[in-house]
Amino acid sequence: MAQSFKEALKSGKFIVTSEISPPKGTNIEKMCHHIDLLKNRVDAINVTDHQSSVMRFPSLGGCLYIKERGGEPILQMTCRDRNQVALQAELLLAYVRGIRNVLCLTGDSIVVGDHKQAADVFELDSVQLLRAIRQLEKGKDLGGNDLDGAVEFCAGAIVTPEAQPIEPQLIKFEKKVQAGAEFFQTQAIYDLDNFSSFMEHARQFPVKVLAGIVVLASARMAKYMTENVPGIFVPQDLIDELASAPKGEALAKGIEIAGRMIATLKRDRVCDGVHIMAIGREEVVPDILAAAGLSTETVA
Amino acid sequence: MKSITKQKSLEEIEQQLEGLGRVYIIGCGTCATMTKTGGREEVLNMKDSLQGLGKMVTGWTVIPTACDEMTEASLRENNGAIQNANCLLVMACALGVHRVVSYIDKPAIPALDTLFIGLEDSPGSFQEVCAQCGHCVLGETAGICPITACHKHLLNGPCGGTNKGKCEVDKEKDCAWTLIYQRLKEQGRLDLMRKYHPLKNSQVTPRPRMTRIL
Repeated sequence: MAQSFKEALKSGKFIVTSEISPPKGTNIEKMCHHIDLLKNRVDAINVTDHQSSVMRFPSLGGCLYIKERGGEPILQMTCRDRNQVALQAELLLAYVRGIRNVLCLTGDSIVVGDHKQAADVFELDSVQLLRAIRQLEKGKDLGGNDLDGAVEFCAGAIVTPEAQPIEPQLIKFEKKVQAGAEFFQTQAIYDLDNFSSFMEHARQFPVKVLAGIVVLASARMAKYMTENVPGIFVPQDLIDELASAPKGEALAKGIEIAGRMIATLKRDRVCDGVHIMAIGREEVVPDILAAAGLSTETVA
Repeated sequence: MKSITKQKSLEEIEQQLEGLGRVYIIGCGTCATMTKTGGREEVLNMKDSLQGLGKMVTGWTVIPTACDEMTEASLRENNGAIQNANCLLVMACALGVHRVVSYIDKPAIPALDTLFIGLEDSPGSFQEVCAQCGHCVLGETAGICPITACHKHLLNGPCGGTNKGKCEVDKEKDCAWTLIYQRLKEQGRLDLMRKYHPLKNSQVTPRPRMTRIL
């Protein structure tokens, strides 16, 4: 990794991040393959934290493997499963093992996952977690006690530009900025006009915004996401475009659309970069980058 | 205040009554009557069900308010039938069970599960409105409790699961923070939503919770 994620954010270049999901079990082969696939192609790799509340190998574990293999990890940290003691302790461990980036999230509800009767925690919310990081950086824990050795993180958060109503989302965005968020990775966006108006608002603040990109594998998936996934809206013309793809070529069309969106975001300087969420299709991330004309920008 | 309960399955009640052949049934005339889980009708139905299971019901009563200290007098009035039973089956919330246990030295078996403290928002529909967190924030959240009404009890605004005014966990449930936003906006107090809420004290009254009027 030529430069840290924080340096990349500062450099003014168009940032690309992607993500991996740790395994359900102890077989880390596929995760390591995905790390190797992405580590020199993107500026940083997020590791999801029991995504969709499905119990897996931990995010911190995935980040350690990224470090080991020469990549730049972003530790996703949700507030669902740990109280303030456990969250702080994990940040200490992450720091001493060279992990420098944290994405602070509230976390999905436990009831959408695969341990539906488990207790949830949510003692902190994402804004409070960002502030907790800033406090640990000052050498104090949340109990007000002195730390023997502080942390230092590039802290980020998420935002949903398609949320309805949008104003509560913008208020929370500002609270996250005030709490010390340096970068934002957005929920998947497809409507560039709407995203541009969100960015007009976001540009008032000194933070970097990476647009969330989720490749659409079929018209059916696009419709399903619009109807069922909170904060996602796929415009009808994109659904029609996917539906027009010859049989067996819908994914290729989805890759083409994702590439085109990324190229437009970059060309028009709409935002500071993109965050490509592969959700099980990590193999196509290089194809998306190629479709966006970014494949030559391989991180050395 | 209403203590909202639901009746346990007859199967679970039968399991708990194993080896206890003579049963005295206690209902409650207040919350459990309103929720139709432990009123007169439910007590009589339970009597039939227990007899169907081969149990002998030595008697039954519906105490006006089972959690009240008057419960002692009601139990005394029925002392004969209670003494004739191996156990009490209490069709009241857990507060009622506790009250009964404090007066009678026989096994008390709860027939209900206590779900939450709630209000009846429309006939037959009960909603939890207070989680008894010990530090009320209603003054800053337009009278809607984010600790109770938000699935993740978030203090600083909606999560990414907010979906056109509904909650990610259930499309029938309102997103608390959308409601708070709308009401604060109507009141011209949206600035309250911009205010940072620090971590709540989870130990305002450490468990077991107790307080004493000085």
